Amino acid sequence: MESNFLFQAFVYLLAAVIFVPIAKRLGLGSVLGYLIAGIIIGPFVMGFVGEEGKDIMHFAEFGVVMMLFLVGLELEPSLLWRMRKPIVGLGGLQVLASTVVFSLLAIAIGLHWNEAIAIGMILAMSSTAIVLQTLNEKGMMQTSAGQNSFAVLLFQDIAVIPILALMPLLVVHQIVTEPSGEHGSTTLIENFPGWLQTISVLGAVAFIIFAGRTLVRPLLRFVAATRLRELFTATALLLVVGITVLMTLVGLSPALGTFLAGVVLANSEYRHELESDIEPFKGLLLGLFFIAVGASINFRLIIENPLLIAGLVVAIPLIKSIILFILGKSFKMGTDQNAIFSLGLSQVGEFAFVLLSFVLQLGIINNETVNILMAVVAITMALTPLVNIINEKLIIPRVGIKEKAQDIEPDIIDEKNPVIIAGFGRFGSIVGRFLKANDVGTTVLDLDSDRVELLRKLGRKVYYGDATRYDLLKSAGADDAKLIIITLDTPEKCVMLVRIVKKHFPNLQIMVRAYDRPDSFQFMDEGILHIYRETLDTSLRMGVDALNILGHRTYRATRLSRIFRKHDEMNLKKLAAVRHDRKEFISTAKQSISELEEYLLADMRAIDLNKDEGWDVESLREEVQNMQFPAPGN
Amino acid sequence: MAKVLVLFAHPMLEKSVTQIELIKSIKDLYAVTFHDLYQLYPDYDIDVDREQRLLINHDIIVWQFPFYWYSCPPLLKQWIDLVLEHGWAYGKDGNNLKDKWLFNAITTGGPQFGYQEGGFNKYSLNQFLAPFEQTVTLCKMTYLPPFVMHGTHRANDQERKVYADNYKQILIGLTQGKFTLDQLKKVSYLNELIPSTVISNN
Repeated sequence: MESNFLFQAFVYLLAAVIFVPIAKRLGLGSVLGYLIAGIIIGPFVMGFVGEEGKDIMHFAEFGVVMMLFLVGLELEPSLLWRMRKPIVGLGGLQVLASTVVFSLLAIAIGLHWNEAIAIGMILAMSSTAIVLQTLNEKGMMQTSAGQNSFAVLLFQDIAVIPILALMPLLVVHQIVTEPSGEHGSTTLIENFPGWLQTISVLGAVAFIIFAGRTLVRPLLRFVAATRLRELFTATALLLVVGITVLMTLVGLSPALGTFLAGVVLANSEYRHELESDIEPFKGLLLGLFFIAVGASINFRLIIENPLLIAGLVVAIPLIKSIILFILGKSFKMGTDQNAIFSLGLSQVGEFAFVLLSFVLQLGIINNETVNILMAVVAITMALTPLVNIINEKLIIPRVGIKEKAQDIEPDIIDEKNPVIIAGFGRFGSIVGRFLKANDVGTTVLDLDSDRVELLRKLGRKVYYGDATRYDLLKSAGADDAKLIIITLDTPEKCVMLVRIVKKHFPNLQIMVRAYDRPDSFQFMDEGILHIYRETLDTSLRMGVDALNILGHRTYRATRLSRIFRKHDEMNLKKLAAVRHDRKEFISTAKQSISELEEYLLADMRAIDLNKDEGWDVESLREEVQNMQFPAPGN
Repeated sequence: MAKVLVLFAHPMLEKSVTQIELIKSIKDLYAVTFHDLYQLYPDYDIDVDREQRLLINHDIIVWQFPFYWYSCPPLLKQWIDLVLEHGWAYGKDGNNLKDKWLFNAITTGGPQFGYQEGGFNKYSLNQFLAPFEQTVTLCKMTYLPPFVMHGTHRANDQERKVYADNYKQILIGLTQGKFTLDQLKKVSYLNELIPSTVISNN
């Protein structure tokens, strides 16, 4: 038995280790990698894992549970309040509209109204796991598409609570007669009448909020006082597992319980410890979950009903996308952000599995329909990364170019700006605002279309698009400008742009923002003179304030920081020169440590770091003390 | 050939037509180094080593600045504080500047007749410059009378051109050793060394 379990673990881990990196390398994202791994080892391809795939999925759903705990932890009530408009407006309308449309369609094809409503609510859900994972991987959480997606997902996650509470009310005629498989026996309340089940569910929710506020924090404090790291991890897991058990007992989704617990604990001082303890478990289990989804796709069912399933797989995401797109439009999203948003959320999510097994248990929908829907949900989830790729490669480029052709070309003719800013994020925007405040004309290139739109409204010259594109630079007036300021999001992009500018626009002076030292070295290798490390000035200012708080006078502390900065820049240049002599195989981490060592040593050697001879007249004092003055009166 | 170092201090050169004119006429002269302090040290962090090396490499030093509140702009004062170190520029072992010449090149907004006893400013310009003179003397250098353009508030283009040209003639004369120390010390303003200086003083 033991060896069997280990063999299973071996198969899962091996599949993940092989397929996830391949998928990432191919630009497909890790989620699709896990799904493919699942399909390959599943019963229909290699058969390494068989019927137990379903069980593993139930186990791996725990990853989703943990993810929601983490999502909850991130959500301080104040953040929720700030996002109330997109959450309630966009999210609420999405759930409502999708539920109504799918319910009507279900009734139209002859399902009973209670089945139809249940199906409508189930299909309205999108996959928090896939979408958040994808948005995070692509670094798009801060774009308007990312923010709005998050808002909708959050509303859905919250909506599951009332949906689960409402489901029992949909049971019209018979109390549950169908045996609900292996899980039925664990639910205490399934034989209660509908209204009592509803009350139990609400009671459990209330209990979690109450316990989170009054019991958990003292417990965490108690455990933290032992200073045993692993014990804290154990407690964090206990918390999540405990809520899962409780929720399962009352027949409610554990994911919602932990989400709530997360929100309740978001303001606690242990938030970050909890996050970092749960994070690795979440990552692994979520991977396992996606593998299980891949493995549980019932290909036999698909082969038996190919047209039905294919039709549903196309129709459901299409309808969802259309609804989302219309909502996005009415919430004033740019076309391309809206495309990312509406297609990104088009799949049916993992909550559907939870809800489907719940409605099956309640006997609202029969076994066969549930199985077909399970397959459809799994396939739409599996197809999400592909839809995203199609969106990125085919749809958005068209949309972007179209916007550019309509709006921007005319701008160029009227005047030429001396400065081009590539990337108008948190760094570039400050530089841009400063230049604007001093009447220097800037042309901005940025990838966030909503930001682009805002800037255009304010009369700035802004181009939407990837600044590393030659044609875009050309139309932004790179031939006549004097200066390009490069503050793109990633070092790789910045280096790419540096190379393109040097090759095609040698007239431009280049100024570039660097993240850190290795980054600066790279730009030095490219021959750039104006390199700005983004943390240097701020950290030194912090150092100055630290000296200040310790009682040093401000002017002196400030001068010292500037002397230190010059010293640091000089060191950087020296290190850059000898850097390539090192052996190639030193790992990056090791290299950065040895570099730090050299910096610290150089600090010790530098005797001039804190002297101002002109004001510190020690030598004069000595000379004067040794002088012989004639005695007074002589 | 004597080498001249012009140390220029002006916090808002953009607005000063007079100083711009003066600079234009001298900054590219042979054997003249023009050194713009506010451009180099906007944060007042003067590179003392570099400044001292410059001083050693030149024979005649000029402090060129607009007269603010009867003195120089603060960065030049900071320069004096930090660069003229004890043990380097003055004191028992401070002999690096010994026998170099130094003079001020000054513009004042008000007219010359304001700078005298009973005048608007009560003292002559040379009286106001006493601290500079003594600083230079303490550093074992030879202090020369200033080159001065008074009345810049009301000056016109033509007057500015004449002064700029005189300034240029003086610097050229100094690099070529045309003036003896006696000649230089005798005048109250260096302007007097150039015969064509017949400017109506407004």
